[in-house]
Amino acid sequence: MEKFTTLTSTAVPLDIENIDTDQIIPARFLKATDRKGFGDNVFRDWRFDKNGNVNADFVLNDPKFSGSILVAGNNFGCGSSREHAAWALAGYGFKVIVSSFFADIFKGNALNNGILPVQVSDEFLNILLKKIKNQPSTKLVVDLEKQTIAIQGTNYKEGFDIDPYKKTCMINGYDDIDYLVSKKDKIEAFEKQRID
Amino acid sequence: MGKTLFDKVWDAHVVDAIENGPQILYIDQHLIHEVTSPQAFNELEERDIPIFRPKQIVATADHNTPTVDQHLPVKDLLSRNQLKQLSKNCVKNNITLYQLGHKYNGIVHVMAPELGITQPGMTIVCGDSHTSTHGAFGTIAFGIGTSQVAQVFASQCLLLTKPKSLRVTVNGKLKNGVLPKDVILYIISKLGTNAGTGYFCEYAGDVFENMSMEGRMTVCNMSIEMGARGGMIAPDQTTFKYIEGRKFAPKGENLKKKMAYWKTLPSDADATFDKEYFFDASNIEPMVTYGTNPGMGIKVTGTIPEASDASFEKSLSYMNFKKGESLIDKPINFVFIGSCTNSRIEDFRIAANYIKGKQKADNVTAWLVPGSKQVEAQIVEEGLKDIFVKAGFELRQPGCSACLAMNDDKIPQGEYCVSTSNRNFEGRQGPGARTILASPLMAAATAVAGKIVDITKHLN
Repeated sequence: MEKFTTLTSTAVPLDIENIDTDQIIPARFLKATDRKGFGDNVFRDWRFDKNGNVNADFVLNDPKFSGSILVAGNNFGCGSSREHAAWALAGYGFKVIVSSFFADIFKGNALNNGILPVQVSDEFLNILLKKIKNQPSTKLVVDLEKQTIAIQGTNYKEGFDIDPYKKTCMINGYDDIDYLVSKKDKIEAFEKQRID
Repeated sequence: MGKTLFDKVWDAHVVDAIENGPQILYIDQHLIHEVTSPQAFNELEERDIPIFRPKQIVATADHNTPTVDQHLPVKDLLSRNQLKQLSKNCVKNNITLYQLGHKYNGIVHVMAPELGITQPGMTIVCGDSHTSTHGAFGTIAFGIGTSQVAQVFASQCLLLTKPKSLRVTVNGKLKNGVLPKDVILYIISKLGTNAGTGYFCEYAGDVFENMSMEGRMTVCNMSIEMGARGGMIAPDQTTFKYIEGRKFAPKGENLKKKMAYWKTLPSDADATFDKEYFFDASNIEPMVTYGTNPGMGIKVTGTIPEASDASFEKSLSYMNFKKGESLIDKPINFVFIGSCTNSRIEDFRIAANYIKGKQKADNVTAWLVPGSKQVEAQIVEEGLKDIFVKAGFELRQPGCSACLAMNDDKIPQGEYCVSTSNRNFEGRQGPGARTILASPLMAAATAVAGKIVDITKHLN
């Protein structure tokens, strides 16, 4: 997994609530057996119309907005557990997702793929969306070590929570498999004690 | 202080804990399918890590399978490849697979309970968010991402922070025509799609105590639609009776021993929950959804609420519905009875009982997709197939089908589908398709009338 410490980037404002993983990557694109290529189809049915033409109204198609931070409405990533959603967002180039609330499974999937989910207050989310929409060159500064997100060149700044273990994993690029495999003896002892 | 059902099962599976961090939770049973497992197999292979406990894994092909001509090679190249990959991975790693055509093949959350794989007090995971279904047995069961599938492959464990506890109690008697699906759609419409995020939910009260296992599975299945990772119902005589005699259920002395343990699992009277909600069964009526998330539900005789936020407007515009509108008499051209929510034998009995002697409306395409080969066989055995065929319904072969439309079972652009599945997200049943979630009874009635009806006026 890629390491994550700090990120300064412009951001894409996606002001929609309850974005489910079917929107992030529709089921018909889940037929691949590796993790690559999902970025091409991220938000497929919002980016393209039914005839495959680019939907110019959708924010990802607006040349004004770019960057590796996605700022989205409340309850981001609800629905299906498909990790393909995290692979699609990462494949498209997003490294940080900001929302006022994340669905459980998505949050875990994001962290397991080096994408940092940054949960902010509703008020701060509204400020971010407004600032970015008004001035697309607005840069956000995400500092995982200090657990803060700020609008560069302003006093707007907020702290965010992250599980300390997950934070260590993100900063060092570790994943859970390494840790679990190192605990094999304990796991085997647990199995034995249950049978006895 | 007393313990909850969830506490008892969770605590019995904690192997170790990281200081100020997550716990190592042992997983008894790992269920896998073709869509969310291949990348996990690859990952282990790349890292040269063996599958730790292959005997505790059961695989089925369900998400990406056709529901017609299952005896023929799968037409779509990518789908065929994905199914082949699953077979290859299972053979290579000594994992039991019920592949397409096998007599135990079916939707993972229908197959495991009917084979007696799902048992009270277990921990069960699967790379599918509707794994919450198995909680109906007093099981901690939840959906996981593919990275976690790889973790369970490697260690039979997961690193998790213990979720908080939530209890939803529904007491009273359900009205005629109100099914378990209506109960859960009602609960989600009241609590919203993220009330359960970060929680495991226990369903309690007479309504669930009096419910069949099939009904309990429908309820627990949709826990994830209110954000809860899992839902649970205390095991009781109904649970034990369902399990006894099933293929992989414990037998004889072993069953007695297990049952004695299962009886200790229900939440203690003095157990406390982090959050509690109470509802009265008599307030619940047959439900339909009008929007693009499962929380946007109303009683079928109700009207679409007034709200003005952008997400609500977007949702109504997608569905082509108006605020204040009633859905009664809306013409419907597609009906789908199936999915891990409502594709068990009881669901088809309910539908057949309503349909018997009636005829599907001409404008309707009605798909019935059993949850498993066993359900399919039972539909034939009980004579339900004749009723469906006579009434003009199309009985297809088992699989996830139009619930997520990964295969060819797609609802056309712009069409409404009254569906017994679990998600009405934009495009869920095909690009541009408009889903209205409802019970199997509502779905059957819609197919017969060719439009949405107040089911309570059509019951004997």
